[in-house]
Amino acid sequence: MIEHDLLIVGGGLAGLRAAVETCASLDVGLISRVHPLRSHSLAAQGGINASLGNHPEGRDDSAERHTFDTVKGSDYLADQDAVRLMCENAPRILFEMERWGTPFSRFADGRIAQRPFGGGGFPRTCYAADRTGHVLLHTLYEQAVRQDLRVYDEWVVLRLVVRDKRVHGVIALNVLSGRLEAFAARAVLFATGGYGRVYARSTNALINTGSGIALAYRAGAGIKDLEFVQFHPTGLSETGILITEGARGEGGYLLNRDGERFMGRYAPKAMELAPRDIVARSMTTEILEGRGFRDSYLHLDLRHLGAKKIRERLPGIREITMDFAGVDPIDEPIPVAPAQHYSMGGIDVDKTGATEIEGFYAAGECACVSVHGANRLGGNSLLEAIVFGEVAGRGAGAYAKDGALADGGGAAMRDALAAEDDRLRRLVTGDGPRPYPFRERLSRIMTEKVGIFREASALKAAQDEIRQIRHDAADMRVSLASRKCNQELLDAIDLFAMIDLAEMIAAGALRRTESRGSHFRRDFPKRDDARWLHHTVAHPNGDGPALTDKAVMIDNYEPRERTY
Amino acid sequence: MNHASEHTDGRSRRFVFRVFRHTAGADAAPRFDTFDLDVLPGTTVLAALFMIQQQQDASLAFRFSCRGAVCGSCGMTINGRCGLACRTQLWSLPTSEIVLEPLPNLDVIRDLVVDMSPFWEKYRRIRPWLHGRIGDACADSAAQTREQVQSPRQFRRIEQYINCILCACCYGACPALRRQPNYLGPAALAKLQRFVGDNRDHRPAGQVAEVDNADGVWGCDTVFRCIEACPKDVRPTDGIAALRWRLVLYRMRQLVTRPRPLPAPKASQLPQLETMEAPAGKVAHEAP
Repeated sequence: MIEHDLLIVGGGLAGLRAAVETCASLDVGLISRVHPLRSHSLAAQGGINASLGNHPEGRDDSAERHTFDTVKGSDYLADQDAVRLMCENAPRILFEMERWGTPFSRFADGRIAQRPFGGGGFPRTCYAADRTGHVLLHTLYEQAVRQDLRVYDEWVVLRLVVRDKRVHGVIALNVLSGRLEAFAARAVLFATGGYGRVYARSTNALINTGSGIALAYRAGAGIKDLEFVQFHPTGLSETGILITEGARGEGGYLLNRDGERFMGRYAPKAMELAPRDIVARSMTTEILEGRGFRDSYLHLDLRHLGAKKIRERLPGIREITMDFAGVDPIDEPIPVAPAQHYSMGGIDVDKTGATEIEGFYAAGECACVSVHGANRLGGNSLLEAIVFGEVAGRGAGAYAKDGALADGGGAAMRDALAAEDDRLRRLVTGDGPRPYPFRERLSRIMTEKVGIFREASALKAAQDEIRQIRHDAADMRVSLASRKCNQELLDAIDLFAMIDLAEMIAAGALRRTESRGSHFRRDFPKRDDARWLHHTVAHPNGDGPALTDKAVMIDNYEPRERTY
Repeated sequence: MNHASEHTDGRSRRFVFRVFRHTAGADAAPRFDTFDLDVLPGTTVLAALFMIQQQQDASLAFRFSCRGAVCGSCGMTINGRCGLACRTQLWSLPTSEIVLEPLPNLDVIRDLVVDMSPFWEKYRRIRPWLHGRIGDACADSAAQTREQVQSPRQFRRIEQYINCILCACCYGACPALRRQPNYLGPAALAKLQRFVGDNRDHRPAGQVAEVDNADGVWGCDTVFRCIEACPKDVRPTDGIAALRWRLVLYRMRQLVTRPRPLPAPKASQLPQLETMEAPAGKVAHEAP
């Protein structure tokens, strides 16, 4: 058994920020299924919001305006005190990252450059060309190296060990060696990211299966607002690879088959820079009504920006479109369509990152504070990951400092280790269906029936099909017995997590009989504050999730109609 | 055996994959396995590897994450050249026979998965973090309220090195490393120049001089294989050349300011890995 004061699971921005916060004063171990520098945080392109007021048109910006834009963007489902905490800390976080070496793009006067992003009243998105996540992740990893952080990379966590509502540690499998190990800790912090791969078309990395959220769910933590799934307007048409909102922030147009800037009909003021839920729905409507190309994509046109601006501000986008679509955006429009991008929901945490399980904390995309409510604004996810990575790190660190290892922890860990060992052995023994086709089936159902447009009949059908997959997958077996480098074994383990997530998303979407932010019901197209101005929290309940309501924290901003 | 034929619609084309297979510590000698696949245009090497793994041989091992050429996981040798599997379109290759091997200069763990620990160890050795003017760059109160200034011109000096994703393609392609395994390699030295060239970095000149030897900047053969291999258009050799200039000037300055000239350092006399206060065993990406 390996022991640490604090175990952090996930080596992206939130996990690393939590580690940097704590590892000088505590014995911290960080477990990640890939080397931290392969984490999905680095795929974030466009930027990170902070009301620095560096942009000439942003001089009057403030943390309060950032708070308001975020609350409005969330369709009033965000907890306003948490949003304020994030926005007030944003400038400090930005300066800290800059001091740690993040190479932000600069204005001519040498200050951090900012660009406009969707749903923001001012140009407040700081960036490093179109590689903002990459440079932030590298900076935090560099700080972790500087502080001698202990990293266990290429380990996959199989179970969060909880007894009597108190965390004891995790059970993890080394991907390369096949070694199964118990990691005991006084506190555990999950920063395990999102679940994009539950959907067939996603901008997410292939490792984003949402397993952390599912592990927390099984261990008894509440899972909040999973029905709110963000679809990014501009995924590359075939692969879903992300084309940053920064491309529209720099002035790119969305065009339909007739060459029309159709956003004028949906969001006449904000146009292409309306929030993502609105743009993604508008695009899907265009495609469904026959104004797309080959009924599947639209054009993102950057040509009028000119070669110089494209090369300077969007070099990564140009590389991606040339490599993966054979299109040079200097000469041709980019074929794009909405793709799953982000999870507003996640493990239910308070403003300190604490969950309802003692000693268990969460931060970043796997968590739900909630600062994004029903729809996240572009540029707020990197911010959330860093701010709440720090906050939750501090919370978990304080808990770990005070607490002893939980009583009877040894027994709980040994039992859990034996149970996981058993589960792995069952998966590799005997014959049964293989995991891969189930995954395809599941992600197709989610995209078709629990996607951008939803309605009761399709959601019910999805629930039936997901239940059928769970039933069929009970006999699933992998072809090789070895636990070393066994990708099929990991696929099987991930599939169970994805089924849990799919159930929660579908159940939440069916129960919420209104349309709010990213959640759009054709059969209930209006927001219904009287009935639904609250969060959804899921707990396991035998045959599926049991859902309850949880109050939204509203202070300054009473819900209003949301127009752009 | 070919399960991909169901996709055939006239546009697909058959590729033959010869894939390096080996498990570290196993008795069996390394071998190449052959897999046939019919694939559509737009298929990448990584996508083909998944097809092989899911349809033909579940034991095939390779690394992946982002599938969009930004994370650096899937560096390997593709028809003799180091590159990212996710970025390489099969139809862009000149042949229908695709030979896939692990990155050179690193030990194989299994098939296309190599042990990256020497690569990360060398990365750590150059102390890859911004050395602020004072001990902790964030301790002073100014850090809370404003940024340090960096002009666009100053930024451009380090820009190309920032694009490095540490995929180790350059490390695999480097002929100097093949000869001299202790050489830091292109990625670590380019990373050092990323910091040294940053107007905000204030590391002592003596610290940079730790690479003033054959394991450091003088280990490079300047044959530019790293530049060819880089999927992100970084030119590590530029960084190495810049570091060499800096070190030559540093030694000259020492000659002027010191009473006795320093003898030219030999690699063996300079601090080695263990003595350079590298956090040995930490960030320790636990051996499998």
